[in-house]
Amino acid sequence: MIEIPSADVLIQGILSGILMGCLYALIAAGLSLIFGLMEIVNFAHGEFLMLGMYTAFWMYTLFGLDPLFSVPVCGAVLFALGWATHKGIIKRILGGPMLAQIFATFGLGIFLRAAAQFLWSPDFRQVAKPLVQGPVKIFGISVGLPQLVASAASLLAFGFLYWFITKTETGAALEATAQDRQAAALMGINTEWMFTLGWGISSATVGIAGAFLASFFYVFPYVGSLFGLIAFVTVALGGFGSIPGSLAAGIIIGVIEVLGGLLIAPAFKYVAVFLVYLIVVLIRPQGLFGKF
Amino acid sequence: MALLTLQGVTKRFGGLVANNNVSFTVEEGEILGLIGPNGAGKSTLFEQITGFYPPTAGRIRFRDHDLVGLRPDQVNRLGIGRTFQKVRPFLGMTVIENVMVAAMQYDPNPVKARRDARTFLEIFELADKQDTGARSLSIGERKRLEMARAMATKPRLLLLDEVTGGVDQRTIPMLLQLISRLRKEQGLTLVVIEHNMRVIMSISDRIVALHLGEVIADGPPAQVVKEHRVIEAYLGDAFVVPAAGEVPGR
Amino acid sequence: MATTGTVEATTHGSGSRRTFGLILLGLLVAVALAFPIVFQLPYHRDLAIKVLLFAMLAQAWNILAGYCGQVSLGHAVFFGTGAYTSSVLQMAWGVNPWFGMVIGVVLAVALSQVIGYPCFRLRGHYFAIATIAIGEIIHTLAINWEFIGGARGLTLPIQRDSLAAFQFHSTKYLYYYIILGLMSLCFYITWRIERARLGYYLKAVREDGAAAQSVGISITKYKLMAMALSAGFMAAGGTFYAQYVLYLDPDSVFPLSLSILVCLLTVVGGTGTLWGPLVGSALMLPLSEFTRIKWGGTGSAVDLLIYGALLTIMAVFQPAGLVGMFRRWGRR
Repeated sequence: MIEIPSADVLIQGILSGILMGCLYALIAAGLSLIFGLMEIVNFAHGEFLMLGMYTAFWMYTLFGLDPLFSVPVCGAVLFALGWATHKGIIKRILGGPMLAQIFATFGLGIFLRAAAQFLWSPDFRQVAKPLVQGPVKIFGISVGLPQLVASAASLLAFGFLYWFITKTETGAALEATAQDRQAAALMGINTEWMFTLGWGISSATVGIAGAFLASFFYVFPYVGSLFGLIAFVTVALGGFGSIPGSLAAGIIIGVIEVLGGLLIAPAFKYVAVFLVYLIVVLIRPQGLFGKF
Repeated sequence: MALLTLQGVTKRFGGLVANNNVSFTVEEGEILGLIGPNGAGKSTLFEQITGFYPPTAGRIRFRDHDLVGLRPDQVNRLGIGRTFQKVRPFLGMTVIENVMVAAMQYDPNPVKARRDARTFLEIFELADKQDTGARSLSIGERKRLEMARAMATKPRLLLLDEVTGGVDQRTIPMLLQLISRLRKEQGLTLVVIEHNMRVIMSISDRIVALHLGEVIADGPPAQVVKEHRVIEAYLGDAFVVPAAGEVPGR
Repeated sequence: MATTGTVEATTHGSGSRRTFGLILLGLLVAVALAFPIVFQLPYHRDLAIKVLLFAMLAQAWNILAGYCGQVSLGHAVFFGTGAYTSSVLQMAWGVNPWFGMVIGVVLAVALSQVIGYPCFRLRGHYFAIATIAIGEIIHTLAINWEFIGGARGLTLPIQRDSLAAFQFHSTKYLYYYIILGLMSLCFYITWRIERARLGYYLKAVREDGAAAQSVGISITKYKLMAMALSAGFMAAGGTFYAQYVLYLDPDSVFPLSLSILVCLLTVVGGTGTLWGPLVGSALMLPLSEFTRIKWGGTGSAVDLLIYGALLTIMAVFQPAGLVGMFRRWGRR
């Protein structure tokens, strides 16, 4: 069943896997942030991504704005959604039973997916003429320019997020709340603000990732399901709560996906990803760099 | 005869040494007090004895059994019961159901388990609340519930982790009497972690003092309390030592 | 004040409460038995069969997730295992489907232990994610496994009507009574579990694993037991489904959407309660039919809109589900 393709194909595959991995990393970062902050997994994360993609799509279709320029809009819209989600739902289930925590966001995801289908039909959409298109050659290897730009932009956004968390005062406050909620509160940090901010940033991040993704990927209501699952797996692999972990894991997952497709069969690329994830997490439940 | 023996128990969490070469024995029928400032490694010892963490090094023997490597449920079935520092009742169940679950270890029949559970609830003065949800109990009542639940597993050795913590001052004498009664009537051996010096001084036959993960004193209360290292460890904590023979049940 | 899933009213309630409960149960049984005779249209019968089948599947999930607190989001794997096992055995080697059902149950139970043993080490959310991943792996594998029909699926050969062959064409009522019987068996076993030590132990594992261990309960053993029971009933439902529809493919028996539906029905009805799965199925499935008819096909996804909203609302405001709500009203 395993057939080794030529070196050219392999290298091209690995490179494209790394590029996609940067995008996965950005998508996963928000999920990791929220989990580190309050030990909640946002099971609607994929649908947030989907909404980011649709926002970019509509900005393009209605106003001719290229997805790369819709980034602020997507970020803002999703920030609002994240904020509202925390205030409306998450606040009420913090510290509650596991079932409630899982199904509160799971239900939200189903609802958003159905709403997208209801409002915009299940048809596949795409940004027909993105600003950036076509292939480009790096060291003689051909990659799609949109993927390259999206991945570079993702790395940039990821770097910015990391800088924000580690170098700014607000970021430090977020970290403090993540490490020890009570101590943070005693030090005068408003944990409620931190939670809301965390949700806002996480959602904005994934909204921005959606804008990047929309420049070369089909947009449809169920697109979030797949990326959501990859995001969970990426965060679990990298370690919940570890933002650098998301980057490492994202790239690893991107590469495994491609290799799985090339070496086994295209239909099995996700099987390969999930298998690797399961193996890692069963040996090391806290993931590669995780705290828990 | 030593019921519980710890030999060279060491626990490392990465770079942090929680317990370092801890050795002591617990004789059958005695009440051993375990004291030490916060972070001294007392609860970590309990976790290792009851199988929640494996020690990094050292041996733990209970009667003829080696405890290291056993799961917590196996340790309990051998005859060691415990309470938790941060109390952990089964919140979604009623008071009596909490104890029934423990009693069922000996008889799977719920009707019989209910009767047994009721007996324990009566000992711990919770019988009138038997059908209320555990969620609605106060901290003190939850601590008593945990003790009743642990007792329902009919242990030979009971490990109590700060049962007076956060408890109303007036309830403490009642708890002390209960503990003494348990020792006398049920032939129980106890290891008690406590911060309340009054309590520990009045009930312990022997005290082991820990500081920074190591044993710094081991002996009768009156002696331990005067040891230089113990006083140093508690730096500034003033306490009054009650005269011997004053406390009921001894 | 009693809490979700405890056995208060039935063992210690007042005499009149018990009589009321028994009368209600009797009525339910009578309605269930008489249903296909009163409602003769195939459409109603099919809907009723669907409700009963899903009530059983939801109860199966309930045993693991509601009573034992282990939230699996990939439970369809056991349903599909049952469906495919009996069908493949029948088509390839002529094995009788009833016997095939038993083998399917055995296989599903074995699979559940293989999955559970390593995965139960994972905490709540991680366990849920792992089950999704496993579900997807198996779904993909099934699509690509030619021996069991791959993406095309399997079409079961039509046999003459008989109980032995587990196929009925002229009098489809028997399908109804069979699933009624299976579902009742499942509910009966759950009822017995609730009142026995197993039920208490499962709940203790759900409430606080460490505390459960401290009183001598091996949490792995009991989680695996709940998993086995749960998988077994899912598989039995799978075989029934295969014999009823006479066609199966990976997308109809292994999809994530099926796993989610099973969770949804229980959460809405009331996890950790005996009747929750039935209440949830009886309410949600006809509702979904209704929205499908009123607002067009799945293209409009109105039923999913309602599902999603209900799931979230229930999880946030009413974790005890509809059954929990009824209980609270009854107590006032």
